[in-house]
Amino acid sequence: MMQQSYVSQIHRCFRCGYCKFPTDYSSFNCPPYRRFRFETYSTGGRLWLVYACLKGEIEWSEHLAQILYTCTTCRNCAEQCPMKFAPDIIEWIVGARSDMVEKGRIPPRVARFFEAVQGYSNPFKLLRSDRAAAWANGTKPYSPGDEFLLYIGCLGSYDENGQKMAKSLVQVLTESGVSFGILGNDEECCGNEVYMLGEMGLFQSLAEKNIRKFKELGVKKIVTLCPHGYNAMKNNYPRLDGGFEIYHYTELLAELVKSKRLKLRHNSIKVTYQDPCFLGRYNNVYDEPRQVLQSIPGLELREMERHKKDAFCCGGGSGNFVMDLLAGDENSPARVRVREAYATGAEALAVACPACMTMLTDAVKAENLETKLAVKDISQLLKESLS
Amino acid sequence: MVTTNAIYESLTKIVGKDYVSASKEERYFYARDGGLMPPHEPDFVVLPRTTEEVQQIVRLANRERIPIVPAGAGLALTGLVIPQRGGIVVDMKRMDSILEVNERARYVIVEGGTTQGALKSYLQKHYPHLRHSIPDAPPSATVVANAVIHGQGRLAHQHGFNSDMVSGLEVVLPTGEVCRIGSCSVSPYWFSKGPPLPDLSGLFLGWFGTTGIITKLGLKLYPCKKMRDVMVLLTDKVELVPDILLRLSHTEMVEDVVISAQPLPLRFRGTFWIMTYVTGDSDEELEFKRKMVWNAVWDYFQSRDVGFISTSPEGKAPLLSMPSKDTTRFADVAKGGGFQYAGPITPIEKFPAFIRKLEEVAAKYNVFYGSTTRLIGSGHCMMFSFSFSFNRANPDEMARAKKALDECSKFALEEGAVLWKPDRDEQKMMMERMDPNTLELMKKIKQLLDPNGIMNPGNWEMK
Repeated sequence: MMQQSYVSQIHRCFRCGYCKFPTDYSSFNCPPYRRFRFETYSTGGRLWLVYACLKGEIEWSEHLAQILYTCTTCRNCAEQCPMKFAPDIIEWIVGARSDMVEKGRIPPRVARFFEAVQGYSNPFKLLRSDRAAAWANGTKPYSPGDEFLLYIGCLGSYDENGQKMAKSLVQVLTESGVSFGILGNDEECCGNEVYMLGEMGLFQSLAEKNIRKFKELGVKKIVTLCPHGYNAMKNNYPRLDGGFEIYHYTELLAELVKSKRLKLRHNSIKVTYQDPCFLGRYNNVYDEPRQVLQSIPGLELREMERHKKDAFCCGGGSGNFVMDLLAGDENSPARVRVREAYATGAEALAVACPACMTMLTDAVKAENLETKLAVKDISQLLKESLS
Repeated sequence: MVTTNAIYESLTKIVGKDYVSASKEERYFYARDGGLMPPHEPDFVVLPRTTEEVQQIVRLANRERIPIVPAGAGLALTGLVIPQRGGIVVDMKRMDSILEVNERARYVIVEGGTTQGALKSYLQKHYPHLRHSIPDAPPSATVVANAVIHGQGRLAHQHGFNSDMVSGLEVVLPTGEVCRIGSCSVSPYWFSKGPPLPDLSGLFLGWFGTTGIITKLGLKLYPCKKMRDVMVLLTDKVELVPDILLRLSHTEMVEDVVISAQPLPLRFRGTFWIMTYVTGDSDEELEFKRKMVWNAVWDYFQSRDVGFISTSPEGKAPLLSMPSKDTTRFADVAKGGGFQYAGPITPIEKFPAFIRKLEEVAAKYNVFYGSTTRLIGSGHCMMFSFSFSFNRANPDEMARAKKALDECSKFALEEGAVLWKPDRDEQKMMMERMDPNTLELMKKIKQLLDPNGIMNPGNWEMK
């Protein structure tokens, strides 16, 4: 169905270029275009090349695949495109990728990503038995009756920075008295990246396993560490009969601070905040993370020039937190973003996504800003402020 | 004979390997624009960052006799940056710095690839009391390319073509020299592109990159009033439109006048919507200007030949936005992703004849049409657009749209218009009509500046 949609519609792109900008046109907001600067790496370029491929005017090539897969599906283009088809652009790109997957014409790094998820249920090729080993440390497994299932995701389970996030969040939730549990080693990959990369069969398999498990355990409410999992479960699982109440952890924390279930002490710190694409542009969650930050006494929130729906992606979407097809030099999106964060005068760059966390932490090192700008997850900042 | 590989290697040494491509994908994309002219692939696409890099690329091209085409966003839609003989497309958009704003002399200096959007945003943020003449092209259009094609923007009624607002140039000549044009050639200030010196900017503006590559451009800035409003006048009497335009212009109170005509939705059919923009620093100033506009057409209003459309703030928002996204949306009215327009520059008295021709041609070729006309100067001329949308997936419709455009352009020339940003065929049509001595002068200039004919060949090509 999706394939047919993009095939019959993709010629409608006029290549006007609005897709490259934020609302005020101040800079380029398309991560791959900002990185590579050839028009082919903009959304318009990508759509015209896919259409050319459909018409047989160009052949598939590794370079074409590279161009298609450097899109982080950050959704800036869909936000800025003035045409009526704007909301469909991401599905067109995913549809084109899906065709490439079916024909086996994908970049090697993407193929390795799929192999890892297929074999290990995580993109790092790490053992399932180690999924909770490094961070969970006694965290209670979910059992029927718990109000929330805390879904950690692959980055939170295996990535060092993600694990720190997971630990902080567990501590904060425990402190607040929320009833929750985790799946531990029984957790599957959420499939969001697999979906965005166009492997629909694998996505369906992962989603169905998760949905089955959630149902078996009687789960009603799920809180996710990662906006990517949040997006998959909120928007794609219901199509597979997986309707649950889905929360991102910042939404839950916002409720907790609002109801004063957390006692916070003064923390004099200047913070800027990176809106994750899958929380902001995909799901319109902009206020809750800011409410949590601003609930910390003494915290000063300094917005970056591009924020909320104009936020510049860290470059980690569509599996690029592993594949990193946009890496290379000072024009990589994460490094651009870190410089923008530093320019606010903030001491800490707050994140609400483990992909942003790992991308921006690496970028801070690359920019030699380690002593000047700390990358911290919102739950970490909250934990540090607990009385 | 230098091999393609050797050229590629030379280009990578100049700009770095990340910014040169000879790949099929880049060659495909840069072979075409969003309009209807046939594509032709470049051999290389290169993205320089500095004037020195442009200079080295041009020297290489001149030495090896390789065609070279400087490109902005390719939004002229008439194939002006399609590399008709292959060679090197120089995408200028990495040269995107805003170098200087002289607040008191009211000009800005930008690099050759700075976008209209970036300049607008920069001025709004840092100099909110200053503005430039923003065209209705998408924000990715570059300031330089728009000046080179004699574009028009929101200040066209008050100050003329955007090229009239140029206040200086830095140009890499086809033989590689870097040359400054205007006051900046003898002074640190970029306040004039010519006067009181001989105005050499005419060697580059309007030439579509066939005489050099502009790497820096000074642009005049104008006061940005605190308030802005649009008054929408409506008439169904096409013959009255020129007089209405002259009356509005006579007030010397309006910022911009744009006339829209389109057959759909049906409420638009047979009517002409005259968007009249006024600005002010206070309510009193704005109200006074509104009153002057009313007074200018009051007798037409009383005779019911002209009406005013009451528009809510929400309804006005798209009309007030700069650039106008509605202009771009015309490409998708038929869900087809394409439109092109012929934009003859013509005396405003031609409006009724041009509208009749537009409707006739649209019916003849069965294509969807629209027209957006902009007053230029104090009524000295207008840009009348014969706009046709088409479905990019329907070759027959594309062919019909092209025939419709060609017929309109020919008609406009016969009516005494001069074609704006003409495609290569329209350029030939104009050169055939041109005073022979003028044509000879153009030829001498071209030969003098570009002895090897490397610059954007196929455009302004004189036999």
